[in-house]
Amino acid sequence: MAKFKMHLLVCGGTGCNASRSQEIAQNLTSSLKDNGLENEVQVILTGCFGFCEKGPIVKVMPDNTFYTEVKPEDATEIIMEHVIKGRKVTRLLYTDPENKQHVADSKHMGFYKKQMRIALRNCGYIDPQNIEEYIGADGYSALAKCLGEMTPEQVINEIKLSGLRGRGGGGFPTGLKWEIASKNHADQKYVVCNADEGDPGAFMDRSILEGDPHTVLEAMAINGFAIGATKGVIYIRAEYPLAINRLLVAIDQAHEYGLLGEDILGSGFNFDIELRYGAGAFVCGEETALIHSMEGQRGEPTFKPPFPAQSGYNKKPTNVNNVETYANIPIIITKGANWFNQIGTEKSKGTKVFALAGQINNVGLIEVPMGITLREIIYEIGGGIKGGREFKAVQTGGPSGGCLTTKHLDTPIDYDNLIAAGSMMGSGGMVVMDETSCMVAIAKFYLEFTVEESCGKCSPCRIGNKRLHEILEKITKGNGTMEDLDNLTNLGRVIKDASLCGLGQTSPNPVLSTIENFYDEYVEHIKDKKCKAGVCKSLMQYVVDQEQCVGCTACARNCPVNAISGEKKMPHFINTELCIKCGACIEKCKFNAISIC
Amino acid sequence: MTKIKSLADLKAMKQSVQEKIDTRAKGTAEGLVQVKIAMATCGIAAGAKNVMDYMMSETEKRGMDVVFTQTGCMGYCHAEPTIEVTLPGKEPIVFGYVDLKKADEIIDKYIKDGELVEGIIPVNYEKINN
Repeated sequence: MAKFKMHLLVCGGTGCNASRSQEIAQNLTSSLKDNGLENEVQVILTGCFGFCEKGPIVKVMPDNTFYTEVKPEDATEIIMEHVIKGRKVTRLLYTDPENKQHVADSKHMGFYKKQMRIALRNCGYIDPQNIEEYIGADGYSALAKCLGEMTPEQVINEIKLSGLRGRGGGGFPTGLKWEIASKNHADQKYVVCNADEGDPGAFMDRSILEGDPHTVLEAMAINGFAIGATKGVIYIRAEYPLAINRLLVAIDQAHEYGLLGEDILGSGFNFDIELRYGAGAFVCGEETALIHSMEGQRGEPTFKPPFPAQSGYNKKPTNVNNVETYANIPIIITKGANWFNQIGTEKSKGTKVFALAGQINNVGLIEVPMGITLREIIYEIGGGIKGGREFKAVQTGGPSGGCLTTKHLDTPIDYDNLIAAGSMMGSGGMVVMDETSCMVAIAKFYLEFTVEESCGKCSPCRIGNKRLHEILEKITKGNGTMEDLDNLTNLGRVIKDASLCGLGQTSPNPVLSTIENFYDEYVEHIKDKKCKAGVCKSLMQYVVDQEQCVGCTACARNCPVNAISGEKKMPHFINTELCIKCGACIEKCKFNAISIC
Repeated sequence: MTKIKSLADLKAMKQSVQEKIDTRAKGTAEGLVQVKIAMATCGIAAGAKNVMDYMMSETEKRGMDVVFTQTGCMGYCHAEPTIEVTLPGKEPIVFGYVDLKKADEIIDKYIKDGELVEGIIPVNYEKINN
């Protein structure tokens, strides 16, 4: 086979896919054919590059040129200019927001400079649907090393020594988890990959599965070898069709190449993997609930002990790890625990993938070493707050986490520091908020989510969260009292202490941490009946600036409830009792005469 | 497709596919020799494409890690094919009239040992690197 002298990598993640990246790849391929270059230049659909804000991405190798916001129509120009004539298509290059200069090489982009890609090492680098590319990128060599040169104990020791902790949120040491599962004897053990990613705004696991499915399969096989299991199950939500599709292709290929199935690499070790689809319940991310759902029962948690390592799937010892945790395993085996534990902080080793979202310039998927500060993530990788507004808070850990504020900007991020700050690592959602976000409303939003997702098995979570939500509702409506604030805190603590599973034990965190960090904002809602951010509708009043208003009647004509009155060419008035605060008048006013106060 | 039955099979396959994707690996690696080949109309007409193919296969045969990229016209149309070679940590050097024989000499002397060969075009412009 001819060697391709140039590679065009097109992002095939869900985001870029939705922006027609498949079509871009097709157009590139056909344009190459038109020019007789199909044997010299290769087009590859890869996994997510992470820079979703500027997608779809096309990266040209080996000159490492990074094209952003590419449209299918641009394909011919890339071929004609860059591939044939060697001239970069400047208008598609990334523009540095600070000096307004084009940056061609992704190594020089702020977004990538501080990142360190371990779990995402193959995302945006190989074709996820081609097992040979994975093998070429050192894939399955860790499994070969385990089967050929190591004993199960040595594998477990290596993982223990690496200091890897569970990336699903809790941060339990992975090696220890494997050791416990290995010591429980049974005729059948199971390895389960938790791909039930449920935090709002989080898409780390999905991107890994879409961009590098083989790494998860390889790690599960290693896990099976280490604990003595021959069966693996991936529990994935049915809402991830692309990830499921790529996993199925990957599993088929691994079978075909003899890297899954019986007598893998002639070692006598058997291992097979199947998929189970979840219906998308948040609580099924909790391992006992996940196992019940896999068994065909209601997705409800049960009390631990017994831990899944003792009695899990089908009452057999089961080891459950998260997708991102698995993505770290093969490289730890090939490069060694001592390589891995040099990265990160004392108690949190390695890197963490975050889904950066919210009011930030560079929305996307990032992987950073543990111990990086929030400031570096937000201002250097994230490119600062949208519209140059003020940073207010960042929510980590989804509905189980809390908010970090300006005072935490320089705290090194790791499992323990985040817990000390009243939040948690969670699975890696990171929602950035600016002054236009109301913290009471944010807490209410997450509570709405937990109330919806609580399975209802235990009372503290089922009833307690509902009550918390009602009190927050009352405060945002302007009917709160100072006593409510105490009730929120007390009730929140009780729910944390008394709930059965991780969902309830962490669900009050968004409320408690916002009260802790934004006490004044709560008081403002209660005493002054004001929402400075302008989010809580009940606390806002629309008024017409009598000097600005020219009496064009645009607002009155567009008001759906006829709350605005006034003579033509005379200033208008809003009847606040009728006003439903829909904002239609502000949109229609050409003179900026209507404001919220 | 044959299955992979042993560690040796896996290693063999890795080697054969690694070559196919190392064009990508080189794009992100630091400290490699960079060769740019002018491939505008004038360059191609003068045989730049053959030179590039030749250099790519020769360096690979000799086990040298070199990144090849093609660029537009460098402006020395009288001396095509022209190539620019950048050794790590050194200023780029442009060679003109590079036929296969010259290419071989450049690989053998300059790229391998840093020893200059005839045919250097003094660069009379500055580049803005972005």
